[in-house]
Amino acid sequence: MSTAEENPRAAAGERIADWADGRLGIYSLAKANMRKIFPDHWSFMLGEVSLYSFIIIILTGVYLTLFFHPSMNEVVYHGSYVPLQGIRMSEAFNSTVNISFDVRGGLLVRQIHHWAALIFLAAMFVHMMRVFFTGAFRKPREVNWLFGFLLFVLGMFTGFTGYSLPDDLLSGTGVRFMEGAILSVPIVGTYLSMFLYGGEFPGGDFVSRFYSIHILLLPGIMLGLVAAHLILVFYHKHTQFAGPGRTEKNVVGMPLLPIYIAKAGGFFFLVFGLIAMVAAIATINPIWAIGPYRPDQVSTGAQPDWYMGFSEGLIRVMPGWEINFAGHTLVLGVFIPLVVFPLVLAVIAIYPFLEAWVTGDRREHHIADRPRNAPTRTAFGAAWISWYFVLLVGGGNDIFATHFHLSINSITWFVRVSFFVVPVLVFLATKRVCMGLQRRDAEKVLHGRESGLIKRLPHGEFVEVHTPLEQGDLHRLTAHEQYAPLAVGETTDENGVERRLGRGEKLRAKLSKGYYGEGNQIPKPTAEEYEEITSGHGHH
Amino acid sequence: MSSQDNSPEEHLPSEQGAHGGAVARKDDPFADPGLPPHLPRIQDIDERAARRSERTVAFLFVLSMLATVAFIASYVAFPIDKIVYVFPFGHVSILNFALGITLGLALFCIGAGAVHWARTLMSDREVPDDRHAIEAPPEVRAKVMQDFADGAAESGFGRRKLIRNTMFGAMALVPLSGVMLLRDLGPLPEKKLRSTMWAKGKQLINMNTNQPLRPEDVAVGSLTFAMPEGLKEENADFQEQIAKAALMIVRIQPDEIKNKRELDWSHQGIVAFSKICTHVGCPISLYEQQTHHVLCPCHQSTFDLSDGAKVIFGPAGHALPQLRIGVNGQGNLEALGDFDEPVGPAFWERG
Repeated sequence: MSTAEENPRAAAGERIADWADGRLGIYSLAKANMRKIFPDHWSFMLGEVSLYSFIIIILTGVYLTLFFHPSMNEVVYHGSYVPLQGIRMSEAFNSTVNISFDVRGGLLVRQIHHWAALIFLAAMFVHMMRVFFTGAFRKPREVNWLFGFLLFVLGMFTGFTGYSLPDDLLSGTGVRFMEGAILSVPIVGTYLSMFLYGGEFPGGDFVSRFYSIHILLLPGIMLGLVAAHLILVFYHKHTQFAGPGRTEKNVVGMPLLPIYIAKAGGFFFLVFGLIAMVAAIATINPIWAIGPYRPDQVSTGAQPDWYMGFSEGLIRVMPGWEINFAGHTLVLGVFIPLVVFPLVLAVIAIYPFLEAWVTGDRREHHIADRPRNAPTRTAFGAAWISWYFVLLVGGGNDIFATHFHLSINSITWFVRVSFFVVPVLVFLATKRVCMGLQRRDAEKVLHGRESGLIKRLPHGEFVEVHTPLEQGDLHRLTAHEQYAPLAVGETTDENGVERRLGRGEKLRAKLSKGYYGEGNQIPKPTAEEYEEITSGHGHH
Repeated sequence: MSSQDNSPEEHLPSEQGAHGGAVARKDDPFADPGLPPHLPRIQDIDERAARRSERTVAFLFVLSMLATVAFIASYVAFPIDKIVYVFPFGHVSILNFALGITLGLALFCIGAGAVHWARTLMSDREVPDDRHAIEAPPEVRAKVMQDFADGAAESGFGRRKLIRNTMFGAMALVPLSGVMLLRDLGPLPEKKLRSTMWAKGKQLINMNTNQPLRPEDVAVGSLTFAMPEGLKEENADFQEQIAKAALMIVRIQPDEIKNKRELDWSHQGIVAFSKICTHVGCPISLYEQQTHHVLCPCHQSTFDLSDGAKVIFGPAGHALPQLRIGVNGQGNLEALGDFDEPVGPAFWERG
C-alpha cells in the first residue's frame, strides 16, 4: 500500500498520511467517512449542543481540579473576600472561594463549567425528545437510544455530585436530603448511609468520595458512552425526513468534508463562545453569598439544579406516610418517591421497546416521522413531558408560592392531583391535535393549498381558489407509513376448536387498536381519491 | 438511485423503489419525483458576492484574533477585586466580565466565520448516498454461527462440565473480595442514630451569644436556637453533633399548649424541640408566632409547636421530638435527659 517509497516527491502532508496509513490503516477509515453524507435539519444540532457542552465541561473541569482541594478539613478563611473572613469552613469551600476571588479567570471558568452543565442536561433532554417524537429510536437505533438515555441519567448524577463539592450551605442541604432518602430504604438504609458518609452525617469523607465519582468514575463511563453513541451514529447513518428523492435506502445531504467539518466544528465554537459570554454576565451558584455548610443552618428557597427538580417535586408532594410495626419503620413517605424517581425515567426509556412490540415491525427505519403522523406516540411523549413538568412545579412549590402569591398548600395539592390527571389530559389533547393536523395534511393533498384568491362564479357564488401542490409536496405529505391494527383473527377454527389467546396477545391486540385502529389515525389520501377530486370536478 | 440533477427518466415512478406501503401504482400521483434541482446561491454565480462573503469570513477571524489579544490584555490589566458598573448588568467584577466577553467573542467569531464560510462559499449541493442493511447477509451469519460452534467444540466447554462448573464457581466468588474491601467505608450504624449529645444536666447554650439560656431570655413569640453545653465549633465532631442536637426554643402561653406531655416537659411555657426535620433532615427555621407553626424551608413540612409539634402539612411522617427541660441551681435552662426518640429522618430500625 505504501506509496511513499514509490513517490519520494509527494508533498510532506501526503508522506505523513502514508506513514500513518502504513501503521494505523487510516485510509480505509477515511474512505468510509471523509465524505460521509449528513442530512441537514435544525433539530439535528441538538445532539451537537450536548456533545459540545460535554467537551466544554471536561476542559473547564480539568482546569478547576488544578485549584480545588477535595477535603473537608476545617480551616478558618483568611482570603480576600471580606465577609467570610474568620469563618470556619471546609477546605473544599475555602478553595472554591479562592478560585472565585483569588485566581484570575477562576470565577469565569467555574461559571462556564456550571452553565455548561445546565446546558448539557437541557440539550440532552431536548435532543432525546427530538429523537422520541420523530421515531428515530426505531430499529436499528434502539441501543443508541439506551446509550443516550444512560448519558442523561449519568449526567444528572455527575451534576449532583459536582455541585455538592463546594460544600456550601445550599448543596450541603441537598446532600443531607440524600442522607434522609437513603435512610428510608428498608433494612439496609442506615448501613448504606454509614458507608456512604463514612459514619454519621456529614462526616469528613463525602467531598473526597464525591470528587472521585464526579471527576473520574462517572465522566469516564460517560466518555465511553459518548464514543459508542457517536460510532453508532456514523455506522447507522443519520435519519432524514421524508421528501423528494429521500428514501429508506439512501441518505441525502452534504459531505462531512468540507461542509460538516466547517459547520459542526464551527458550531462547537459558537456554543463555547455563547456559554463563555453567559458566564461573563450571569452569576451562577454564588457560593460566597450562600456560605459554608452547617447542618443546623439553611436558607429559604433552597432549590437543586433544574435537572434534579423533578425528584425534588416527588419528595415534596408525597404525603408523609410512615408504617410502624414490630419495632421497625417503613418510611413510605420518602421511600416511595425514591422508587418512583427511576420509574419516571424508565417509562420513557423503555417506550421504544413497547412500540416495537405493539407494531411487530422488524424492518429498519431511516425516515424520521413527523410527530403528527404517530399520534399515539406523540401523545405519550407529550404526556410524559407534562408529568415531568408537573413534578418540576412540585419541586419549586415554594418559589411558585412566593412569586405568584399562592398558598403553598394549594400548590402542593394541585401537584398531587395533577400527577395523575394532567398526563391523561395532555395525552388526549395531543392526540386530538395530531389527528387534526393529519386531517389538514389530507385536505391539503386532495384540495391543494388555500391561495387566498376569491373567485366569483357566474351564478354569484364565491369560492376560494386552491392551488394544487407540487408533486414533491404531494409525496412528502403521503410518504409516511400507516400501520393496520393487529388482526387477532378467528378465535375458533373451521372445526370449532377454540384457539386460546395468551393474555399478552390480547393486550397487544388492544394496544394495536388503540394505536392504529379506526379513529386513532386519519387514513392518508389514496391515489383514487386524489384523481376523483382533481379530474373533472375542479376544486371545491 | 436518484441524483441531484433532475433528469426526468430517472425519477419516473417505475424507477423508484416502492416504499411506504400503499404506493404501488404505476401512475401514482404521490410518487417520489426525485431530488429537486440545485438552486444556485448568489455566491455561486456572482464572484463579487463570493468576494464579499470571503471578506466577511476573514473579518470574523480577524475579530477573533483581536478578542484573544483583548483577553490577554484584560488578564494583565484589570485587578481581580475591581467592581464596576456595566449597563445593563449592574455591578460586576471587571476582570470576570472582560475575560468572559473577550473569550466568548474570540470563540464565537471562529464559529461564525466557519459557519458563514460553509454556508456561502462551500458547495451546497445535496448528494445522496446509499444505505446498507445493518444486519449481516445470511451467508455471513451462517459463517459466524459455524465459527462459534467450531470454537466452542474445540474448547470442550460443553463436554467437560467439571471445568465449566468450577470456572463459574471461581468467577462468581472472586468479586466477593471486592465487596469485602468496601466494608471499611464506614462504621456499622449500631445505635448511633438513636442518641444525641443531650443528657441530664446539660445547659442550653444560646447559639448566638454562646451563653447559657435563662428563662427570662426567651420572650413570647421569639425563636431561639440552642446547642448542648460543651459543644464547641472547633470540636472535630461539631458538624456530626450539631446535625443531631440542634434545638429550637419557643415560649408559648401555658394555657395555649394543647398537649399535656408537652406542657409537662416545658418550663413556664418554654418548650424545646429538635430543629432537625423528621422528613429528610433539613433544619427547620421558619416560625409563625401567632399560630406557633414552624415550617421547614426545604420541603415545607409544617409542625404545630403548641400541639406536640405534630405534622399538620407536608411530607414529614411524624412529630418533632421534644427535649424535656428545666432550670438548674444557677437559674439557667438545662436538659432533663436526651430526646426519648431518635431525631431527624425516620429509618428502618427506628420503630
